[in-house]
Amino acid sequence: MRLKTFPRGGVHPPENKISVDQAIQVLSIPSRVQLHLGQHLGAPAVATVSKGDCVRVGSRIAEGKAFISAHLHSSVSGTVAKIDDVIDASGYRRPAVVIDVDGDEWEAGIDRSPELIREIKADAETIVERIKAAGVVGLGGACFPTHVKYMFPEGRKADTVIINAVECEPYLTADHRLMLERTDEILVGVQILMKVARVERAMIGVEANKPDAIETMSRKARSLPGIEVIPLKVQYPQGAEKQLIKALLNREVPSGRLPLDVGCVVNNVGTALAVYEAVQKNKPLVERVVTFTGSHLPATGNFLVRLGVPAMEMAAHLGVEIGDDTAKVISGGPMMGKAISGLEVPVTKGTSGIVLLTEKDARRSPVQNCIRCGRCVSACPMGLEPWLLEKLGQSDRFEECDSSGAADCIECGSCSFACPSSRSLLDFIRYGKVNVMRIRAARRQK
Amino acid sequence: MNPVIVYSVVVLGLVAAGAAVILFVVANKFKVDEDPRIDEVAEMLPGANCGGCGYPGCRGLAEALVRAADKGDLGGLMCPPGGNETMARIGEYLGTAVEEAGPTVAVVRCGGSRSKAPANLEYDGPERCSIAHSLFAGENGCAYGCLGLGDCVTACDFDAIHMNSETGLPEVDEKKCVSCGACVIACPRNLIEIHPLGKKGRRVWVACMNREPGGVARKACKAACIGCGRCVKACPEKIQAITLENNLAYIDPAKCIACGLCISVCPTGAILATFEPVKPKPKADAGVTAPSAS
Repeated sequence: MRLKTFPRGGVHPPENKISVDQAIQVLSIPSRVQLHLGQHLGAPAVATVSKGDCVRVGSRIAEGKAFISAHLHSSVSGTVAKIDDVIDASGYRRPAVVIDVDGDEWEAGIDRSPELIREIKADAETIVERIKAAGVVGLGGACFPTHVKYMFPEGRKADTVIINAVECEPYLTADHRLMLERTDEILVGVQILMKVARVERAMIGVEANKPDAIETMSRKARSLPGIEVIPLKVQYPQGAEKQLIKALLNREVPSGRLPLDVGCVVNNVGTALAVYEAVQKNKPLVERVVTFTGSHLPATGNFLVRLGVPAMEMAAHLGVEIGDDTAKVISGGPMMGKAISGLEVPVTKGTSGIVLLTEKDARRSPVQNCIRCGRCVSACPMGLEPWLLEKLGQSDRFEECDSSGAADCIECGSCSFACPSSRSLLDFIRYGKVNVMRIRAARRQK
Repeated sequence: MNPVIVYSVVVLGLVAAGAAVILFVVANKFKVDEDPRIDEVAEMLPGANCGGCGYPGCRGLAEALVRAADKGDLGGLMCPPGGNETMARIGEYLGTAVEEAGPTVAVVRCGGSRSKAPANLEYDGPERCSIAHSLFAGENGCAYGCLGLGDCVTACDFDAIHMNSETGLPEVDEKKCVSCGACVIACPRNLIEIHPLGKKGRRVWVACMNREPGGVARKACKAACIGCGRCVKACPEKIQAITLENNLAYIDPAKCIACGLCISVCPTGAILATFEPVKPKPKADAGVTAPSAS
């Protein structure tokens, strides 16, 4: 049988899934954690604790007050040392709650037993409330607050919940390990999402390069009505929401619209687990699985990391010395992740991996002239013309960027990857897109 | 005569006459009365269309000038590249008095040169400040400082700002700068300001925009303003041109007399001037102007 995939564009970067056989290890807690208030998409949370307050694991330390925002919980127990600006992944200093760790005492009411709770007692409204209370956001990387996805506008209905277990980024193996090790919990999480979305069908899309995960998941999902595990042809960026919907359901999300407009809700597989823990175990989002990897490292691993722990703790746990051979550190995968200034940056809700690259892998090749080969056009999964958008962005022609579809760019980087002249296509498209969004917002205000 | 020719001439003649009537009526009905002075004023402007006046091109300013002249007040309208000379000529033509504005110049408020703020990261993306700014804090880690990729240089229509390859910072050529403000808009970190040129070209400014607490600012750059406030105290009592806000000193160019007293007390050398400051005396006499240099 031919495997499903999305039909337009896409590239196939080397997979480099080095850490795939490393079981998830629990990372020890350092003496201090830094929790940024803006860990999610939307308005940053507002701190509700102050210096000197005692907190336990799972205590709410900041509230998401806006419609699109999420609560933040302490990932450790201890004392709030300060609320101050701390360097985040971009190198800019942003407000964060800094907590000095003392022991590991959890908030009462959180069920920490490994026992699997299959029965979903809560009704749909309670589930959304619990997801919101637990501060769950999309763990694929975009960090969109999960509860907002399930607050359907009046009259809208979904027919399918899609679980994104594609993990199409090279190097990353966190979701893969989760599917192997936490299969049952994930499947209960999926059932919870089906219940809250009031749908009968869930599709779990997994790329064919994870045969063991597909096997385990489908075996366990067989007894569950409505849940289907679907192997997909390996192709980047299949993990992008719109591409995944196209691959699984052959439905196209129109420009500027949401998956709900074509009757689906998409969640990451890690989010499904977080939802399970939030609803069944009353556990807020205080930890996540992070892949720590690099092709030149003697050891790599997948870690269950408390939020706010500096990435260097993972290197220390593995006994890896970060030497001169590491030229670049990326938070996320190498295609869509962001280069960070160093390993002292704390893990946030969106950190799916920390990838270390050598000078050879990281260095951009010198930019050459566009040879009009059209590879960027064939690579673009959104059917845009990257070469054109690059030119328009370069010359600040934002109105034309808008009419040429810059706002539809999903910033997957396939064009830059495919370009034989190593042009900075995505940089200029993103520059154009940011300005298009700014102009649109200004117009809306008028 | 061939009747075909006759008919053609008659029919075409009638069509032409009809069209002429329609055109005449329409031209009269929808006539736009444009002040002929607008064209004249636009003619007097330099025609650089730099946008420094805040209007879309020279014609935009010409329209605004004529409109303002009808109200009898040209206040706030200025063609920076044309300067006082052009404005005086336009004022004379429009019969309205023009206030003479002092000459101004662009000033770069960052002193984080390569030696003062050494890079500990390397950026190999596109050479655009606006893009680098959206990606990270900067090669030297200062989130407020110059990124050194020259968006201001590209923006300048007058070849008046250039990157110094040694310091990695832009430098303004005050002879060429017309203070149109294109670089001010281009800089994603808002490091460039338009200041009065100052008497004999003497001006003093805080070459730092870092609003972090002193320790943090100092970590990224040795020339950072640490907000110690010594300059505020050093500024002559009658002048009080320096204010301190958010760990950052600011010298109000309108009040500053360019005495240079603040320069000598600044522990980090964050205050720059276009002249050699006077050596600090044990008891600096307030209000004394330093001897003019250069």
